[in-house]
Amino acid sequence: MLAVVSADSLRTTALHSRHASLGGRLVPFAGWEMPVQYQGVMEEHRAVRTACGVFDVSHMGQVSVSGPQALELLQRLTSNDVSKVPVGGAQYGLLCTEDGGVLDDLFTYRLGEDSYLTVTNASNHATDFERFLSVGESFPGATVVDCADDYAMIAVQGPSARAIVAAAADEELPVRMTAGRLNVWGVGALICGTGYTGEDGVEILCDPSDAVTVWDALIEAGAVPCGLGARDTLRIEAGYHLYGNDLSVDRNPIEAGLGWACLEETGFIGCEVVAEARETGTPERLVGFQLTGPGVARSECSIVGGGTVSSGTFSPTFEVGLGMAYVPAALAVAGTAIEIDVRGKLRSAEVRDRPIYRKAD
Amino acid sequence: MNDANYPEDLLYHAEHDWVRIDSAGEFATMGITWYAQDSLGEVVFFDAPEVGTMIAADDSYAEIESVKAVSEVIAPMSGEVIEVNSALEADAGVVNGDPYGEGWLVKVRLTAVEEKSGLMDSAAYEALLG
Repeated sequence: MLAVVSADSLRTTALHSRHASLGGRLVPFAGWEMPVQYQGVMEEHRAVRTACGVFDVSHMGQVSVSGPQALELLQRLTSNDVSKVPVGGAQYGLLCTEDGGVLDDLFTYRLGEDSYLTVTNASNHATDFERFLSVGESFPGATVVDCADDYAMIAVQGPSARAIVAAAADEELPVRMTAGRLNVWGVGALICGTGYTGEDGVEILCDPSDAVTVWDALIEAGAVPCGLGARDTLRIEAGYHLYGNDLSVDRNPIEAGLGWACLEETGFIGCEVVAEARETGTPERLVGFQLTGPGVARSECSIVGGGTVSSGTFSPTFEVGLGMAYVPAALAVAGTAIEIDVRGKLRSAEVRDRPIYRKAD
Repeated sequence: MNDANYPEDLLYHAEHDWVRIDSAGEFATMGITWYAQDSLGEVVFFDAPEVGTMIAADDSYAEIESVKAVSEVIAPMSGEVIEVNSALEADAGVVNGDPYGEGWLVKVRLTAVEEKSGLMDSAAYEALLG
């Protein structure tokens, strides 16, 4: 029997009342009650591809690391070279096990000389924080603080997203992959030039008590409220990994196609295994795929000849089934014809390079 | 999208399917209810059975894909599929816009018309939905 999660055990964000009043369909997600959609996934998806969508992503967690050993600790914990991040910069990296498996994927922002803020996935936040603490014991000059409750997080994404936020900002917005503190709609916020949709945009981190002000202003400015459904279809088209689907402790960063986010010379936990995987190659590789006929192949569908779909959806942009899959290295070449077993029916597909969707420059 | 509605001339199955039986009790048209299409969200693909397929009451006979998820379609009654709605190949979204009309799924030659006594009328189905 399935465990029943009672609604009152779910956490809600500072924007919960807004989701309800905008007609959001609320579902349990990683311990939170979050909107999966408002008017419809297609409409929300297209709003982000053509104009501007806004997402409440306050369920995501934050950990602050500061002090003279902050950099050393983050170098040990995360796979990327944190020393390359300038003050005001942002970096994507992975939290790995000693065996090179992936515990989470993270964005780290350098807010000051010795001050960093790392954004975690909601489902992993508690275990990530424990790991920051336990590894941090060897770095007494680094202070680790769970500050997930200090931030609401709002993603504003789409071709007109930056212009909408810029019009309400007291300073120029940080460019892509940078972050800065400024005021928007009179609210002090950390504005980050990052996102998860394949479009331009920003992510706004602010005090939860200010979240409604920012959200209402964005809706007033024409941003379309978007739920987790569109967030998923957008990120799949854009080839971004979702932890639990495309990343897990059973997969290393190399097979996940994230070798670019690892610098083994930094000595991060798991670097030896990652170095070996990079050197010898991995039996399977994460690729994009697109169905060449009807149907939709979703996660856990098997691929004939070996491999598994890790994320799949109907693509609102291309109006076809597509996604990402781990396939044997021999099949991991763009253009290769594959067949996917969708509940007993074989569906024809073609291997594609990731990302399948690239915004026009 | 239209508002919730459950026509009185149909019979309903608890798995959110409807059936319209002709006056002779020989043929029937089947589809999914307003509630079903609303729960699914935008329908993008109807994986129809082949004409000639025998379907059994309470068993799955087809799949419907929305952007978000796939759902099995349960047969409210038993019979042989004599026609599938081929218009849905080009635009499966019709199921959302007109679930009881243009969005029908299959036409069936009934093999056990007495099964209708196990189905609900619109009032009973609406009561089930609460």
